[in-house]
Amino acid sequence: MEKKIRVLIAKPGLDGHDRGAKVIARALRDAGMEVIYTGLRQTPEMIAEAALQEDVDAVGLSILSGAHLTLLPRIVDQLRARGLSDVLVFAGGIIPDEDVAPLKQAGVTAVFGPGTNTDHVVEFIRGQFQTA
Amino acid sequence: MASSRQPEPIDQLVDRALQGDRRALARLISRVENGGPDGWSALSRLYPLTGRARLIGVTGAPGTGKSTLVGEIAKSARKTRPDQKVGIVAVDPTSPFSGGAVLGDRIRMRDLSGDEGVFIRSMATRGSLGGLARATTDVVKVLDACGYDLILIETVGAGQSEIDIARTAETVIVVEAPGLGDEVQAIKAGILEIADVLCVNKADRDGVQSTVNALTAMLDLGTAARQSHTLHHGVLLPVESPPVADGERWRPPIIKTIAAAGKGIDELIAAVEQHRAFLRARPEGRQRARVRAAIELETILREALLTQLRDSAGSDRLSGAIERIAARQIDPYSAAAELLKLSTASG
Repeated sequence: MEKKIRVLIAKPGLDGHDRGAKVIARALRDAGMEVIYTGLRQTPEMIAEAALQEDVDAVGLSILSGAHLTLLPRIVDQLRARGLSDVLVFAGGIIPDEDVAPLKQAGVTAVFGPGTNTDHVVEFIRGQFQTA
Repeated sequence: MASSRQPEPIDQLVDRALQGDRRALARLISRVENGGPDGWSALSRLYPLTGRARLIGVTGAPGTGKSTLVGEIAKSARKTRPDQKVGIVAVDPTSPFSGGAVLGDRIRMRDLSGDEGVFIRSMATRGSLGGLARATTDVVKVLDACGYDLILIETVGAGQSEIDIARTAETVIVVEAPGLGDEVQAIKAGILEIADVLCVNKADRDGVQSTVNALTAMLDLGTAARQSHTLHHGVLLPVESPPVADGERWRPPIIKTIAAAGKGIDELIAAVEQHRAFLRARPEGRQRARVRAAIELETILREALLTQLRDSAGSDRLSGAIERIAARQIDPYSAAAELLKLSTASG
């Protein structure tokens, strides 16, 4: 039996900068996880559908466009609409501190700002899945 | 693994997947991919329902455009026959160091997103070396049983050792692109030998003709060598000719495509159809099915016997043997014989 933590890394919205997403994808890979990377400019529907088909344990969203308060809750809704309410959702990018609380309210479990150590993200994900 | 997820009974999962529940299908695939008794019991239930789908393999070196091509084939298939469901299994390599993987084939298939008739699943090789993951054939079976009519299997594309795909798919498309290798690459044994259809993608680039020429020459050589007892056509076949089967053997047609612009896809699909018709009409088709069955049974037996051996000999004895081999106190052949003797004695 071999069970790997599967994580979808997606970039919702219209900004074209995916360096952060790639760095996280790479870090999670190096931590032994299977990372499905879907590329730029994904709609909430596309992200939720990919999460469903890939049967991921977590969805990581990288967003720099400033549209996080609109897009991230919509993604959570789309996931829930597909029966994926148990999938862990976390986000990274340029997200002002005052927006973190409403995002958590909406179902985003963690928000990682610029300069976050990738080890920290790895530990966070592992922590979510290790204790039953 | 997921803290909040209770594993569902496998039979329920199978029932729901067969009823068309995509979420259940995705979970079932994970269970089958992770292996173990659950996966096997699901597969043995699903097996009678398999064998209906058309299985097309797409392989070729990294960067030749496999994912884009797979996406285009799926799109075209959905357009021409909207009632047929398309499954895609895309395999990418697992890092041998961390055991992790980045699976990025979906990036090139974004046009398919939102189409409920398409199901895309990315798989990591998890240590398997033949271009597919160990469980790829099993995952294909799940999709087949759940009513996916056309299943496209994209391999890792590591180069010359991608033979697994020839054992899994009915028709194998080998994708080449201009400027990737010279004529010597083309005559090397390996990946080109498994091609049923040769696709020269990125055909808007310089050097297409020399790639096509090299492949044509390779095919001519191959035919001459394998048919030394009979005379072949004696003429070079024109490159864009329809696939030619000289009665006995299939000659892979060479199709030029520009996948990123959706060009040449219809021709490619036509070639695949012709290959399928050829196989169905001849003993080769049955022969292939038999070879596939033999390999499949062997793989399952190997896994089952290994599990059985592990259970009967005990993991301590197994790791003890490994230690002794590593310390060069015993050779691996004698160690294996010892373990086998133990297992048959206890079994």
